[in-house]
Amino acid sequence: MDLKYPERAARFADEVRAFVRKELPAEIRDKVQRRQKITPEDQRTWQRKLCDKGWACPSWPKEYGGPGFDVMERMIFDNICSEEGAPSALPFGELMISPVLFAVGSPEQKAQLLPKIRTLEYWFCQGFSEPGSGSDLASLRTRAVQDGDDWVINGQKMWTSGAHNANWIFMLVRTNTEVKQQEGISMFVFPMSTPGITVRPIVTMDGEHHTNETFFDNVRVPKTALIGEVNKGWTYAKLLLGHERTSIARIGQSKRELRRLKALASEINITGAPLMDHTPFRDRVAAVEIELLALEITALRAIAKGGSPGVEANLLKVKGSEIQQKLTELFMDAAGPYGLPFDPDRGLHDGNEPIGFDEAASLGPNYLMTRVVTIYGGSNEIQRNIVSKTLGL
Amino acid sequence: MDFTLTETQSLLKDTAERLVREKYTFDERKKIVAADESYSKALWDEFASLGLLGVEIDEDCGGIGGSFADLAIVLEAFGRGLVVEPYLSTVVIGVGLINTADKGDRRKDLLTQVAAGTLTLALAHGEPKSRYSLEHVETRARKDGGDYVINGAKAVVIGGDSADKLIVSARTDGNATDRNGVTLFLVDGNAAGIHKRAYRNMDDRGAAEITFENVRVPESAVLGPVGGALPLIEAANDRGAAALCCEAAGAMKAVNEITLEYLKTRNQFGRPIGKFQVLQHRMADMAMAEEQARSMVYLAVDFANEPDAAERAQAISAAKVQISHSGQIVGRGAVQLHGGIGMTIELVVGHYMRRLTSIEKMFGDIDWHIGRFAAA
Ligand SMILES: Cc1cc2nc3c(=O)[nH]c(=O)nc-3n(C[C@H](O)[C@H](O)[C@H](O)COP(=O)(O)OP(=O)(O)OC[C@H]3O[C@@H](n4cnc5c(N)ncnc54)[C@H](O)[C@@H]3O)c2cc1C
Repeated sequence: MDLKYPERAARFADEVRAFVRKELPAEIRDKVQRRQKITPEDQRTWQRKLCDKGWACPSWPKEYGGPGFDVMERMIFDNICSEEGAPSALPFGELMISPVLFAVGSPEQKAQLLPKIRTLEYWFCQGFSEPGSGSDLASLRTRAVQDGDDWVINGQKMWTSGAHNANWIFMLVRTNTEVKQQEGISMFVFPMSTPGITVRPIVTMDGEHHTNETFFDNVRVPKTALIGEVNKGWTYAKLLLGHERTSIARIGQSKRELRRLKALASEINITGAPLMDHTPFRDRVAAVEIELLALEITALRAIAKGGSPGVEANLLKVKGSEIQQKLTELFMDAAGPYGLPFDPDRGLHDGNEPIGFDEAASLGPNYLMTRVVTIYGGSNEIQRNIVSKTLGL
Repeated sequence: MDFTLTETQSLLKDTAERLVREKYTFDERKKIVAADESYSKALWDEFASLGLLGVEIDEDCGGIGGSFADLAIVLEAFGRGLVVEPYLSTVVIGVGLINTADKGDRRKDLLTQVAAGTLTLALAHGEPKSRYSLEHVETRARKDGGDYVINGAKAVVIGGDSADKLIVSARTDGNATDRNGVTLFLVDGNAAGIHKRAYRNMDDRGAAEITFENVRVPESAVLGPVGGALPLIEAANDRGAAALCCEAAGAMKAVNEITLEYLKTRNQFGRPIGKFQVLQHRMADMAMAEEQARSMVYLAVDFANEPDAAERAQAISAAKVQISHSGQIVGRGAVQLHGGIGMTIELVVGHYMRRLTSIEKMFGDIDWHIGRFAAA
């Protein structure tokens, strides 16, 4: 079922839908809907269309080049774009570093970075986690030492997703070892072309190269690479992580997947009747749909509240990630034996007939890869720790 | 139900576990999986020389004349090792079918070859539209003089990519979902008219989509009764499910050990992550899931070769459901408790999840087995 949005919102939804249908190249839409790999070029193509329309970076206010959508419009925009198979925005630039820049970036940083984040000319990756510092991020050890007007960075980051496509990085480094961990961290942004950076691929269990380990060997950056004040990086990181967590909820994507799940399960026959009419399966789908409805309204309430995301970011992350996983599990249930053939390319070959049915090849890798959503962006255990703390426990 | 090991079983356990420990390390396995061939012929020979291929094969055919309980020991070790060789398709399914359905010289000849490691088998039964329902056979075998001519398509044939011989189900009579009219044929894996599309499954085992285009076989290729093979296929499916239960038990035990160790050695916030109560509870749930699964392995083993089809079906379904649920708890839990590192292809943990997921989807999934159990 769909929520009731006001008249004005329905008109906006129509407008967004018409735009996406007209402008989104069919091959990109097909890749998204079949959960295949979106290339950087695909991403840029779509971003250009959004820029031309003035809808790039839908979460941004007008003053920075965003469309200045209100709460309802943002939600609708995200839902319709996802539904119609548009690539989801890369979170690192638009959703993660930009809100920090809005809050504490220098005028020069804003002027230099924001317009190019908007066009995706600057493609960011996130250097937070380290081999020994995942959940316990504040223990990070990559160091930056001041040397004249520069900072010199040494250390290793882990899980720098998309670093192999990115040309900029924002990262957390230790700038003071004498104080409480959280008080000796700073945030920097600089180009990936800076000498001394080495990126090594990490292949995940879906067989794909999404993420990397990144090494910093005497990487020299100017003082203008520092964001805000020195040793205040942890505060900025918390703001940034709030936005990351909200973005992981991916409600629009889950709505698209739910719809496709129902469509697929209506085509698959099980002892003569559509799988979608098979009571145990149908009821499991309904249960996820209900959770998703609740989450959509929760998200609306969170956006309506305004300000920077608080504890609702944790809730959205936990529930949104669990829903995504349940959907991939249901897809695997729907696929049955055809969930078994494994193809890291997710069926993206020229000319070959799909094995089983059209989307089958993407379901296994997608199921496996989606295990990550309860781990990254702060694991769900960590989110629940935070929620219970805010409850006063 | 016997919880103690016989002398033969202790020996088999030592042999299979040592083989896995020494020859099937995760690094060795990576090499096997990366090769063009879907399994290691050298290791297959070694299985043969150690007697592992002949567990349920009579002694006069070069086997050790053992029981399914003996086979279970090997399967559990292979589950721990995430073995990809076509043991399930050849030794569990193939041998099981020949043991019950074949007689005379051919039976002896086939079993002798399997025990010696010179013959691999695969059951080509499931079809693109059959899902898990065993009576759904659209492939047809038409009588033509003294021959049969087979036409149709088979789906996700485990071991079908490499099997020397296929055991193919085809309709000699009746409509697509009739219980009667299904016949098994023993066909050369590369017979004229067979087209294979080979691939690897999520658990890295070889499999294939196989089409049959006017594949001509002599009447003597028939295995078991003409038109009455469905009970044999059901028995084979139950043996397959029971075998997977054993494999899953080995896999769960291994990955639980690895995860427990990780909880004790990975530090965050200045202490081992195993000190966090929420992880303790999750690990406890995984340990309990493993125990519940192991209990049902005993049930599966007891009933794997049960001739009473109804009793067998209920027991095997009960076991498969429990093992599948346990597999989800253990596989997904292991990845979650490892955090990011659990997601990488370089760590064995994700491969256990892949195997446990595959096990859940083979020879009937949870819904299929729950339905069959409840209807019994
Ligand atoms: C595919 C992928 C992409 C990623 N992309 C990025 C990226 O682009 N940039 C980046 O900086 N990072 C990225 N990450 C890193 C991610 O944020 C971390 O994996 C995550 O924070 C968990 O840290 P960890 O892997 O070290 O696990 P650990 O922190 O070691 O956690 C292991 C387990 O212990 C649990 N645990 C830890 N502490 C507690 C506690 N106090 N209470 C209860 N349970 C606890 C965790 O929940 C988890 O289950 C990515 C990770 C992956 C796998």
